Amino acid sequence: MDQVNGLVALACGLIIGLGANGACIGIGMMGGKYLDSSARQPELMNALQVKMFLLIGLIDAAFIIGTGIALWFGTSTFLK
Amino acid sequence: MSAEHAAAQQGVTSGEYIAHHLTYFNSIGGKQQAIIDWSVINYDSVFFSIALAVIASLVMWLVARRASAGIPGRVQGAVEMLVEMVIDQTKGVIHSAESRKFVAPLGLTIFIWVFLMNAMDFLPVDLLPNIWRGIYGAAGHDAHHAYLRAVPTADINITMGMSLTVLLICLYYNVKIKGIGGWAHELVTAPFGTSKNPVVAVILGFVNFAMQLIEFVSKTISHGMRLFGNMFAGELLFMLIALMGAAWTGANVPSVLFFIGDLVAALAWAIFHILVVALQAFIFMMLTLVYIGQAHEGH
Repeated sequence: MDQVNGLVALACGLIIGLGANGACIGIGMMGGKYLDSSARQPELMNALQVKMFLLIGLIDAAFIIGTGIALWFGTSTFLK
Repeated sequence: MSAEHAAAQQGVTSGEYIAHHLTYFNSIGGKQQAIIDWSVINYDSVFFSIALAVIASLVMWLVARRASAGIPGRVQGAVEMLVEMVIDQTKGVIHSAESRKFVAPLGLTIFIWVFLMNAMDFLPVDLLPNIWRGIYGAAGHDAHHAYLRAVPTADINITMGMSLTVLLICLYYNVKIKGIGGWAHELVTAPFGTSKNPVVAVILGFVNFAMQLIEFVSKTISHGMRLFGNMFAGELLFMLIALMGAAWTGANVPSVLFFIGDLVAALAWAIFHILVVALQAFIFMMLTLVYIGQAHEGH
């Protein structure tokens, strides 16, 4: 049982950690590009902002789904 | 704060507390055993989603009935801003004016409904379950089995039901805009094209059809799972934060630290969650519009 608990803990950490890596890199790159482009063309700022938030949601999705699954694994294993 | 007192007084462990709060009030009166069980109905999700829809419809109807062309009041101004926002977004994605007559109100409905369902997260995690426990106990049942989950969008059945409905609307518009033949032609030729050589054309047809199938399935699943994942993770975090306050054992240093930590963490997460709630409602609406817009475009 201890081994199962340990493996679930590792798996939850990997699911959240690797997912967070990808999502953070993606959102960071996009945020930087957004700042770049709105500094060049401030009149496009509002139109780009809507699209950026939409894409944040899209990029975040895989990470959030993973977090939800990891939290579910974690709570159903450790909080019995 | 009722969470901590309830948990402490009844002597439940933190695991039991979370498990109790993650159980639906359903037609079998307990935790669902199989992962997929079509015979189970979650009464709480159905009740809250329909109640919120009725409230939203009533409010919008009242505002629309009292709308004036003169100087608008505050409520009318807010609703007008909302409607115009949705119409603007719809115009950007769907170019057929005839489809917009149906799709723009659909987008508005989805936005308001999902927003309200998500916003149930802002109620304290124990408020509605405790009220329900009182009612359930007063009705002569065992109060320990009074399960209730207040956030309908943290129920995967609700979100997947909505995304499946969006899929059906997409299929309807595919057939309506392109015709059965046109759509069938697109299904076997779309991403990779076709070839004059009949053998290659058949192989490409299978590959194209498989890609289209994968696209529809992954669009629908990620559409529903995104909303569910956000709301479920949010709800679970609120419960875990409430457990910090449940560690109260009296006026000693660790208890006070946990109490302060509970307040700070709950405040921070609630503020961040305002963004998540509005953003997820907006994204669910935008993706619905984008998917229906894709159904309008030929390849």
